[in-house]
Amino acid sequence: MIPAQFDYVRPTTVDEALAALRDGGDDAKLLAGGQSLLPVLRLRMADPSLIIDLNGIPELKGVREEGDKVVVGSMTTHYDVTRDDTLRQHVALIQEATRTVADPQVRHKGTLGGALAHADPAGDLAAPALALDAEFVIAGPNGTRTVAAADFFEDYFTTAIGEGELLTEIRFPKYTGWGARYEKFNRVAQAWSIVAVAATVKVDGGTISEARIGLTNMAGTPVRARSVESALVGQSATEENVRKAAQAAAEGTSPTADADAGSDYREHLARVLTGRAVLAAAG
Amino acid sequence: MTTTENPSAAAPEVGRDRRRKEDRRLITGRTRWTDNQALTGLLHLSVVRSPFAHATIKGVDTSAAKQVPGVVAVYTAADIGADQVQLPCAWPITKDMKAPQRPALAGSRVNFAGEGVAVVVARSAAIAKDAAEQVEVDYEELEPVLDMEEALKDGATLVHPEIGTNANAQWVFDSGEAGSGGSVAEALQKAESDDDQIIVRRRFRQQRLVPVFIEPRSTVVDPTGEQLVMWSATQVPHILKTMLALVLGLPEHKLRVIAPDVGGGFGGKLQVTPEEVMTLLVAQKVGKPVKWTETRSESLLSAHHGRDQIQDLTMSVTKDGRITGLDVKLLADMGAYLGLVGPGVPILGAFMFNAIYKIPAYRFDCTNVFTTKTITDAYRGAGRPEATFGIERLMDEVALELGMEPMEFRRKNWIKHDEFPYTTVSTLTYDTGNYEAATDQALQMFDYDGLRREQQERRRRGDVKQLGIGISTFTEMCGLAPSRVLGSLDYGAGGWETASIRMLPTGKAEVVVGVSPHGQGHETAFSQIVADQLGIPFDDVEILHGDTQSSYRGLDTYGSRSLAVGGIAVVKAAEKVIEKAKPIAAHMLEASEGDLEFTGGKFTVKGTDKGVGIGDIALAVFAAHDYPEGIEPDIDAHATFDPENFSFPHGTHLCAVEVDTETGFVQLYKYVCVDDVGNVVNPLIVEGQVHGGLAQGIAQALFEEAAYDDQGTLLSGTLVDYTLPTAADLISFDTANTTTASTTNPLGVKGVGEAGTIASTPAVVNSVLDAIRHLGVKDIDMPTTPYRVWSAIQNASGHAGRGDEANVASPGAGLGSTASDISKGDTQGGHL
Repeated sequence: MIPAQFDYVRPTTVDEALAALRDGGDDAKLLAGGQSLLPVLRLRMADPSLIIDLNGIPELKGVREEGDKVVVGSMTTHYDVTRDDTLRQHVALIQEATRTVADPQVRHKGTLGGALAHADPAGDLAAPALALDAEFVIAGPNGTRTVAAADFFEDYFTTAIGEGELLTEIRFPKYTGWGARYEKFNRVAQAWSIVAVAATVKVDGGTISEARIGLTNMAGTPVRARSVESALVGQSATEENVRKAAQAAAEGTSPTADADAGSDYREHLARVLTGRAVLAAAG
Repeated sequence: MTTTENPSAAAPEVGRDRRRKEDRRLITGRTRWTDNQALTGLLHLSVVRSPFAHATIKGVDTSAAKQVPGVVAVYTAADIGADQVQLPCAWPITKDMKAPQRPALAGSRVNFAGEGVAVVVARSAAIAKDAAEQVEVDYEELEPVLDMEEALKDGATLVHPEIGTNANAQWVFDSGEAGSGGSVAEALQKAESDDDQIIVRRRFRQQRLVPVFIEPRSTVVDPTGEQLVMWSATQVPHILKTMLALVLGLPEHKLRVIAPDVGGGFGGKLQVTPEEVMTLLVAQKVGKPVKWTETRSESLLSAHHGRDQIQDLTMSVTKDGRITGLDVKLLADMGAYLGLVGPGVPILGAFMFNAIYKIPAYRFDCTNVFTTKTITDAYRGAGRPEATFGIERLMDEVALELGMEPMEFRRKNWIKHDEFPYTTVSTLTYDTGNYEAATDQALQMFDYDGLRREQQERRRRGDVKQLGIGISTFTEMCGLAPSRVLGSLDYGAGGWETASIRMLPTGKAEVVVGVSPHGQGHETAFSQIVADQLGIPFDDVEILHGDTQSSYRGLDTYGSRSLAVGGIAVVKAAEKVIEKAKPIAAHMLEASEGDLEFTGGKFTVKGTDKGVGIGDIALAVFAAHDYPEGIEPDIDAHATFDPENFSFPHGTHLCAVEVDTETGFVQLYKYVCVDDVGNVVNPLIVEGQVHGGLAQGIAQALFEEAAYDDQGTLLSGTLVDYTLPTAADLISFDTANTTTASTTNPLGVKGVGEAGTIASTPAVVNSVLDAIRHLGVKDIDMPTTPYRVWSAIQNASGHAGRGDEANVASPGAGLGSTASDISKGDTQGGHL
């Protein structure tokens, strides 16, 4: 790996990181797990003058319960997310999706906050975060603010995190007892998703009482399949009902076309995978 | 002085599944790659490469790059004479073959995206890379040449106007003319008018692939010594040395080439590269050691690619399933220039299209074509995977037309076990084989009938996941090669191999081999052979290789030749050691030579318990105090083996896949192969070769493709886009062996390095089609990606997709998303 030259700092507190960001100006880049930034540097698609390494900040790591929320520090690794009992109990969908991220090496280095802040439309964690109505806590020079998932993802690789700010926490409402499934479709196991569907449903006595569905890589940002969600509510979780409701999955999406998939194929996959994800989550 | 221990009591080493002795070092990081060479004063080289497929170079401005602190020099082609070099092509397949000059750096015109136009020499690799971005090249774009059929039309843009055509050569074999069979033209004519015959025509494509060895290429040249020393990540240090001497006019005895640890090659390092030559020229110019190491993207872009053929096949067959004729017409993409053996690669297929079948009339006609793409050359199997794919896909198609079970159709036409040795229609003589035995075992392991029943049940139920079963009954020619045969094919070298055994005074042996391992396990397998031959412990043998100073004679490693040729040279050298030791043993034992026998590492006097070990003799000739008159005090030996024939491994591969008819996803379901690779030296290594080979062959069927856009830009320029499978994408393979020993070498061995790759691709594609043919799908180009499979099902059922596939190979993700975003709007189809 031969990136262009850069300066490097490793702050130990969020305040130090914010100060480094302020001093570094436009040209500073935050380093979380490095699983996206390092390839970008290696391919010289970016040449920041300053790298601020967030790996030395303990307050950004870990999972805790806070009332009716589960709070995940932005620098919590994928591996730790997949192993956390609190998340298993209350936010199963994010665990399901995180298990499918790349390979074990990547999961040991990559972080939840890093992936969400990178906002790759084919990344696997944005759609579940959106489906789960997560909140994003962003620290900046004027204190912290909280942004709803629906407002966080703005465009390809673009989020509500402003200049001089950094993502510190992701706060999930509790979905205790909900079923969850992340249905991922890709060419090879380590490739990004062509399309993926994040679904979590609450089933009472065989009837779906609530549903949350997010789509990966069906637009520049994750997309919520709201018409499917509302069509599912009150339905018994049969294959026929679910598949019928899933027909609306591609509504409001604008998928890209590339050699792996035309946009019509992506729309088709969204419908098929939504049906499968909901059925698995309800099962 | 007699040995007390009798190693012959131990089980023979050959046949043992020894763990590889080289692995402890390799997997604990104690490796010496070329890039690890750290010489005093070492400078680093970075290559400025053309972003255009075809362009005139109007000027190169190196002034800004020269200003970068730490830069030692910036050279254009002319500055170091790199534009005057003619990189070698060692296989002029026809007398009138058109061979354009292939320079080390382009001087006036670039002919593929990725071709080097200038080099930066700096104190660190990072500085060289920074400065390379400062070199300004003024290009005037020319039309790219991308489509082989278009390239051959009158008035087509020429890659090399100076040779007047885009056709490199046309190579024809006709069994009627060769006298090895009838005329295909007559056979097809007869079939046309015969109500009892049918003719089946098919066109298949071999996509372009990248070998993707795990260690990127690297070259270090030290010009400061008496000999100029080159370390290189190469499969062919000996060929490289001789070629450098010939190409650059350097005295061969002033060159030393070292292939240290080399991390994979798959044919991709069977080359004399522009980068090796430019590194040498730069090192000579600056008078200091220079290193070049490529990035992965550079490797995908500029290291040679493989495959890339259009195959038009015609078979005539009687309605009861006897093949009467086979006509093969190929177009083979050479890329922009000819590589070391590039033009010959498709020609190797000429001998393999007839495969294991008795075909009475056969014609092979291959035209090699220049395009403005990266060159193609040897890639695992080299010519034989292409041929095997063609014939094994065609066998299924013909069986289908005949309404015959595909295995039954094969069985009707293959050579029976009692017909060996068998001389084929393409003039090779297969020494041994037993296709019935391998097939019967494979069918049983696979539960062929059970899976066929399951397939029927799934069809009847209309399951979303349909089952498909694919067959490949293959053979291949390897163990390259009898020198006389290579001579008859105008190949630029022989096919012999060399080994030397040095008996050390303490009884240990150093074995110097001319083959050059890069992951195969030669150290282990050859140690096993030597241990048996000389009756010394496995651990007392050291295998030396890859340095022309110790191993001065060899033809290196490719074409599954290391054991079947190199291993036999080791046997021959050991036989000579014993022969040389015999008079000394007789002297020591005060017996006559005629009364001695050599077993278990020991000469004994027949009928007595008097004996002397080979180690004792080694010590005796080292001391040399007392040895017979008239002979030299030396039992070291050197042998060269030139095989009398190729070796012909064969086997039956059976693949079952599940095709998700809703998504197009293909999931491997079961894979069984029974390979006959002759006698097995090390079962563990053989199984490893088969597994790796299968992974690469399956990858061609399902995953990999080097795709170009309509401007000649490589789209799969990173491993994000060039989708290599990993263990997670494959399944557990069920492998087994049948054994018919080769009769053409004393170990009875056949090659195994390429077999899995050659055999597996058609088995997988046949299985994919078998799963969805009932839906109306007739064919799918490789790789059979989910999108292609889904589109084929849609098209067959009349629900054609919108066809808005963008002409980009990005997975629409991560780094790829950027590319697809940029390319949005470019929605030209053409990949299906």
